[in-house]
Amino acid sequence: MWPLKWKQREQRYRQERADFFAAVKRLDRRAFLKVASMAAAVTTAKTVLPPHSFQLIDVVRASEDEKPLFQFAYISDTHLYERRLNERFVKAAMRAVEDVNALDPQPDFVLFGGDLAQLGQPQELELGKQILSELKAPVKMMVGEHDWFLDMGEKWQELFGPPNYSFDHKGVHFIVLMSVNEKDFWTARNMTPMERMKTVAGLDNPIQSRFEVGPEGRQWLKRDLAGVSKETPIIVFSHSPLYKYYRPWNFWTEDAEAVQEILFPYRSVTVIHGHTHQLLTNRIRNIHFHGMLSTAWPWPYAPEGLPKLTVQMDRADPFDEADGTGDGTVDVYKSGYVDKHYNLWSRNPITVAKAYLESWGKEARPPAPQFPSY
Amino acid sequence: MRIRYVKLIMIGVLAISWCGLWSLSSNGAAPGSWMNVILADITPLAAAQQRPPSQHPQPNSENGHLVVQLCDGRTQMEIADVREGEVLPPEKARLVARRMMARYEQQAKQASKWTRRDRLIWKREQQRLVEEGRRLFHDWKAIGGTIGISCDMCHPDAANTHPETYPKFQTQLKRVAALRDMINWCIENPVKGKPLALDDPRMLALEAYITYQRRGVPLDPGKH
Ligand code: HEC
Repeated sequence: MWPLKWKQREQRYRQERADFFAAVKRLDRRAFLKVASMAAAVTTAKTVLPPHSFQLIDVVRASEDEKPLFQFAYISDTHLYERRLNERFVKAAMRAVEDVNALDPQPDFVLFGGDLAQLGQPQELELGKQILSELKAPVKMMVGEHDWFLDMGEKWQELFGPPNYSFDHKGVHFIVLMSVNEKDFWTARNMTPMERMKTVAGLDNPIQSRFEVGPEGRQWLKRDLAGVSKETPIIVFSHSPLYKYYRPWNFWTEDAEAVQEILFPYRSVTVIHGHTHQLLTNRIRNIHFHGMLSTAWPWPYAPEGLPKLTVQMDRADPFDEADGTGDGTVDVYKSGYVDKHYNLWSRNPITVAKAYLESWGKEARPPAPQFPSY
Repeated sequence: MRIRYVKLIMIGVLAISWCGLWSLSSNGAAPGSWMNVILADITPLAAAQQRPPSQHPQPNSENGHLVVQLCDGRTQMEIADVREGEVLPPEKARLVARRMMARYEQQAKQASKWTRRDRLIWKREQQRLVEEGRRLFHDWKAIGGTIGISCDMCHPDAANTHPETYPKFQTQLKRVAALRDMINWCIENPVKGKPLALDDPRMLALEAYITYQRRGVPLDPGKH
């Protein structure tokens, strides 16, 4: 009885799969949702059948008859301690490096999203540099608050150069923006550098100031953009989100509006940010925002302020160390907008497609969580 | 023997200022001189036309002691070691005012065996424990962690600890677990420490902090 049942199930699965691919070929936008639900059915069947490799993202690409121009990968928020204190975070960072090195074809470059170190100590930063040096593709470094507030960026800059810089790649203007400056809260309190560092490192520590790009950073940004045509796609790498999500945890950029104002005149702007350790999606006018996963641990969604376009990732299983963490890739299209892939280590990967943000959430909605935050 | 309570200026200022505030907020009368405030209290605005001004019979003492009365006309106190006609020293006047106000507040509610002081103690002791829990939650060494990881790193403001959902089944523990079992689980695993004894004061403090952070959330045992 059992083999027969299994056979029927397999047949049904093969039929669904065949229908799915047939539909993909003649896909238009209206048919998309239908196919999306079929894909979901096939994915459900996955749990009883050998895994296969197709993803809904292929559908989106096919539908637009447009291929991404190039891909880059990201690793973010490794929060390294020295190896003898904590192996877990070191191993996680190395796993991400392996993931990215296994990509075929290799990405054009790898963005490191900040918070390489946990407490900004020279040994932590050097360990991080050593781990990232194993990457085959070139690395673009971004700074996070955990790298900065012990010595105000001295060691980080010695290892990786200035925290603000830009470069052009295949028609896209990339900007790496230092967005974790804080107004001085330490001098008046007579804090040691380590006390200052630990205060900033405590997400729920209310003593610290809020993140900002700051007047100098904004000046730098204006100067950098002065020579860039308004038609040029812009992609900004920023550690803090460049919008206001939840102030008590510094999921926040105090001068976000002023920074956005500088970016609005450009035809297409994408911000890829670290710091929030979760699947996070937002759009403000022409600016698309995507969060990055941490390799070290996931953060809960904040109790309020979550952008409407965000489809949450499932709450992490505490019994699985790797759940809610991971790395990812970004496919960049000619327009400059992107498909953002979250490579969750203990789950199916999730894609937040360009079409999802372009349609203000009407199309290509990512799968809903079964255990959302509460 | 009859005594006029107007003598007690010190007490008057303290007690009447309270009555005055009350009358201001409940009648919406504009702030004015002290005299206005006092009058407003005795003859609340519109009611003043219909009712005659309230008469406070003057308190007296059989023993010739000083008797003090609040402007409610009811709350009285006899001062055993001060004679009628004598002036209360300022320290003592303040004490008397405080006592009388406490008594007044109790009359407004049911008589209770607990005083304001009791309530302050309850609050303070509970908050002390919450603060201790907050400290432990942010300090991996204090709870015996070994790899630099503290609870707040994954649970800022104790988010995602859901104390209101316990006891509940935890697959990996293979049983219905209490909040403290999960606290211990997180101490042993992500934090890499030794589980606390269930009556360890640190366990109590962690529970105090975690539950305080979720105060007001309806109980929902079993929710995942
Ligand atoms: C490395 C990350 C990490 C650390 C550190 C950590 N936890 Fe957890 N803990 C989790 C995750 C993930 C969950 C599951 C959260 C959920 O269900 O949303 C969890 C669940 C819990 C729960 C149960 C929540 C529920 O919904 O049932 C409690 C209680 C808890 N943790 C307490 C603690 C305490 C106390 C500490 C410090 C001793 C701690 N945790 C440290 C990751 C961590």
